[in-house]
Amino acid sequence: MNEQLTKLTGEALEKIAKAQDLDALNGVRVEYLGKKGLITAVMKGMKDVAPEDRPAFGQVVNEARQQVEEALEKAKQALSEKAEEERLKAEVIDVTLPAKKANIGHGHPCQIALDEVERIFIGMGYEVVEGPEIEWQEYNFTKLNIPEGHPARDEQDTFYINDEILLRSQTSPVQARVMEQGKLPIRMIAPGRVFRSDSIDATHSPSFYQIEGLVVDRHITMTDLKGTLDEFAKELFGPDTKTRFRPHHFPFTEPSAEVDVSCFKCGGKGCRFCKDEGWIEILGCGMVHPHVLDMCGIDSNEYTGFAFGVGLERIALLKYEIDDMRLLYENDQRFLNQF
Amino acid sequence: MNTPLSWIKDYVPELSCTAQEYSDRMTLTGTKVEGYKKLDKNLEKLVVGEVLSVERHPDADKLVICQVNVGKETVQIVTGAPNIPVGSKGQYVPVVLDGGKVAGGHDGGPLPEEGIRIKAGKLRGVPSNGMMCSIEELGSDHNAYPNAPESGIYIFDEAVIRELSLKPGDSAVKALGMDDVVVEYEITSNRVDCYAVIGIAREAAATFGARFEMPKVKETGNGEDVHDYLKVRVEDTKLCPRYCARMVKNIRFAPSPEWMQKRLRNSGIRPINNLVDITNFVMEEYGQPMHAYDYDTIAGHEIVVKCAEDGDSFQTLDGQVRKLDHTILMINDGEKAVGIAGIMGGENSKITDHVHTVVFEAANFDGVNVRLSAKKAGLRTDASSIFEKGLDPNNAEAAINRACQLVEELGCGEVVGGMIDVYPEKDLPVRIPFTPDRINGLLGTHISPEEMKEIFKKIDLGFDEETQEVIVPTFRRDLHCMADLAEEVLRFHGYDTIESTLPVGEATTGKLSYKLRIDQIARNIAEFAGFSHAMTYAFESPKAFEKLLIPEASELRKAIVISNPLGEDFSIMRTQPLNAMLTALSLNYNRRNPNVRLYDMANIYVPKTLPLTELPEEREQLTLGGYGEDIDFFTMKGVVEELFEHIGMTGRVHYDPAGDRPYFHPGRKADILYNGQVVGYLGEVHPKVCANYDFKEGVRVYIAVLDMPALIPNTSFDRHYQGIAKYPATARDISMLVPKEVLVGQIEDVLQTRGGKLLESFRLFDLYEGEQVKAGCKSVAYSLSFRAQDRTLTDEEVNGTMRKILNGLEALGIELRS
Repeated sequence: MNEQLTKLTGEALEKIAKAQDLDALNGVRVEYLGKKGLITAVMKGMKDVAPEDRPAFGQVVNEARQQVEEALEKAKQALSEKAEEERLKAEVIDVTLPAKKANIGHGHPCQIALDEVERIFIGMGYEVVEGPEIEWQEYNFTKLNIPEGHPARDEQDTFYINDEILLRSQTSPVQARVMEQGKLPIRMIAPGRVFRSDSIDATHSPSFYQIEGLVVDRHITMTDLKGTLDEFAKELFGPDTKTRFRPHHFPFTEPSAEVDVSCFKCGGKGCRFCKDEGWIEILGCGMVHPHVLDMCGIDSNEYTGFAFGVGLERIALLKYEIDDMRLLYENDQRFLNQF
Repeated sequence: MNTPLSWIKDYVPELSCTAQEYSDRMTLTGTKVEGYKKLDKNLEKLVVGEVLSVERHPDADKLVICQVNVGKETVQIVTGAPNIPVGSKGQYVPVVLDGGKVAGGHDGGPLPEEGIRIKAGKLRGVPSNGMMCSIEELGSDHNAYPNAPESGIYIFDEAVIRELSLKPGDSAVKALGMDDVVVEYEITSNRVDCYAVIGIAREAAATFGARFEMPKVKETGNGEDVHDYLKVRVEDTKLCPRYCARMVKNIRFAPSPEWMQKRLRNSGIRPINNLVDITNFVMEEYGQPMHAYDYDTIAGHEIVVKCAEDGDSFQTLDGQVRKLDHTILMINDGEKAVGIAGIMGGENSKITDHVHTVVFEAANFDGVNVRLSAKKAGLRTDASSIFEKGLDPNNAEAAINRACQLVEELGCGEVVGGMIDVYPEKDLPVRIPFTPDRINGLLGTHISPEEMKEIFKKIDLGFDEETQEVIVPTFRRDLHCMADLAEEVLRFHGYDTIESTLPVGEATTGKLSYKLRIDQIARNIAEFAGFSHAMTYAFESPKAFEKLLIPEASELRKAIVISNPLGEDFSIMRTQPLNAMLTALSLNYNRRNPNVRLYDMANIYVPKTLPLTELPEEREQLTLGGYGEDIDFFTMKGVVEELFEHIGMTGRVHYDPAGDRPYFHPGRKADILYNGQVVGYLGEVHPKVCANYDFKEGVRVYIAVLDMPALIPNTSFDRHYQGIAKYPATARDISMLVPKEVLVGQIEDVLQTRGGKLLESFRLFDLYEGEQVKAGCKSVAYSLSFRAQDRTLTDEEVNGTMRKILNGLEALGIELRS
């Protein structure tokens, strides 16, 4: 009996191993374990076994049955895994087909540059404030130490509405407005549009953006100005950027300076961006003129300050290698899409 | 300002450096060098040659064969120049030898970067070794060398040959004065003293630690006294603080010597004759404009300085007639005006070739007055642009004496003794207390008082040890206070040598203003919705109103006008953002960009009164515009609502189609109302307006505008978590037959007001107009969802609310479809 059982089990396992699909497996199950199955038939022969041998017999048959069932289960799983695998194989896609984009819009290069500058100065504790674009001549000039008749009034070709009101030619009037409020210390930047009567060409625009900076406190020094702008330049143009301070003149600062940064394209060796000079001029700055502090109600014996003004377009043009300023104000989608 | 380096070296004889070193160091001490030009660039193997003979070329009518002595040898040169005729000889000419270089071609076109190499060769079979040069080939022009022929070889003047003792074989570069570097400076307006060669030379000497030598001016004049010839009366000494006059008799015109011509030419000034050249030379050297009058035309031999009268007019020496008023200072003789002070002389007293006696004027005029007068007269001259910076009155005397000395030196005439000097109030040096601690305090440095004093000495500032004051000579008109001295100290101590520190002291919070935060979110939402950031101009053409079909009487036409615009196209400050947006969209459309979405975030300018007596309101507008695929009215509406959601505007938004918006399609527009207040508008652009912006017929353009100042008070970042519903919702669908004129918005108003707390949400799921629907009606279907936070709703509760809603809908004439 045992031999027969071993033989049947062996046959069943062999057939299971050969089964190619679930139907074939089912056939094996029916043939051996079904109601009329061969192993089931052996079980049925229990009644012919002597009662004392029945437990041992039952155990042997059950073991055989269990062995076949386990093999069936295992084979079934293997087959369904294989089927799944094949289904997935059939679902292969060409991953190089075009993406479905949300078509998010693009920032303007000037705004991107401005956001960057704001980020840097906010990190250094500066508040971002704004002032009017149509301004009193008094704020644009007089309070900045540019009295009536001063040649600087001609240097900045100003658009006038009337004798008293003009389109601001610089963001510096915001300095005067903030100082007049009298809340000290001051650490602020004021970005915004300014206007000058320059005809439109590759390097000029009658309207452009400036960012004004102002710090007023006790013991503010020229070295603080230098350190602040060093940090700014390194953040904006990269950690290896060097700055060069050159004496200059602005009526509302004394001493005044223009600041060059080492060319961030060539690192200072000289290239077409820096016109072979290795340096690129980016801003004007200086210590707030004591007369300006006094005019704005701040005691120049107690307080000092520094101020700077950056041309945003210039930074955007240089940073993004844009060769014509007109592109900034045309708003060609193909241009904007690149930012 | 352009000045040859050789002229600087006249006053700083020890100066020895390359042009590059000079530029770099001058820039770092504050005299910014914009660039420099080597005049002998690409001039190689260039010598003076003497033409020994000129013969006919056997095979060419237009060519001649010359034998030219070039010093060590005689070379044969073939030329086609028209001014070296057959049979002539003895001319001294610049010759480039075989293998040498010249700067350009004889046509005077743009100079090639590397110049032109000249090699020996044959011209129509005849050997030619080198080339005789025209002034254009040497990189210059007829303007700088007025003696050069219009066409042909440059021939050295007899006088120059004598003055320079030229011999064949000498350097032609030197003989032409091209052994020089022209330096271009950017002089800041505060440094009037540096609009003069001696001012720059003084800075150069201080920069390089070299000796500075002023020109030596000796006393001039014959035994006569100028006071016997001329009287000067200044009526307005405030506008003319000083007036110096001297006279020269027996004028003898001649070309200036080469040394003077070279200085002028290399400064960009055309040499004319000795008299004109002297005044130009002194102008460059001392920065003092001078004027010369013909003494014989001065009526009464008297000069009166006084203002014109309103309504006067005057013909300046350029032939133009200028209108005057009582603020314009004039130079008059005994009868009439002869010049506009500090701006230009008159036609009636100008120097002609027949002049015998000349009056030199070196005066000092009020800078502001000159500036305003020049503006009024519409005449800005070299002189006025210098005077308006405010000159040192003490320089006038030095300059006029220098001019007279040059007159004697050049044999230009006989200088009359003495000087008329009307100078009632002498300009004295300014004294500034020396406070080294405060200077270091401002700079953040530790510079010793001794070093500071050394620096002052280098730039000719005096020091009073007794009072500890710095004495500022009158030529430095820019130094008044401690901060000014601090800059002088730092310029020569070195801007680049100071430390970098960061401000210490009370900490401050870095932040954006609330408005700027909202702006940033608005920009982000616009970009997420596919719109790109456009930047447009704040000014535009008044034609925009016509293009936008804005009626004559509209408030929008009350725009602020710029008094001096770049042109009509940029003459008014915009009162609406539509024109700028449509202009940008139109540019894209005409460049065939298919699907364009732009947004602009900028101000419109709303005057409170016109003409402007106070600052206008500047209202920032978020303007969205677009055309192309996948964009319609509801795309724009979607962006508006997304934005409202993200800036906490959770109140009721209404869309009112009745607003007066002539630039929009009459059936596709709406005012956007938030809690009953208009905060913006949107619509499809009117086809006529589209046509005005060059869109083809049928192109649909959409614009939405949000008035940011109206939004900001309604924004909020307060959020309160509501809990996620635990109890199930009950859904009810309603299908309606709605009269066509009833808006979906009206249905939603009913749902919102009558649905009460239980109505959680509603959604339009079907809208149909067509044959199957009763005429004059549309079919509308909504799905409603009811829910309570604390219980499962019973059918009775939901039915109650539904009844209220249905009653409300019936009142609008809506029939329920079963």
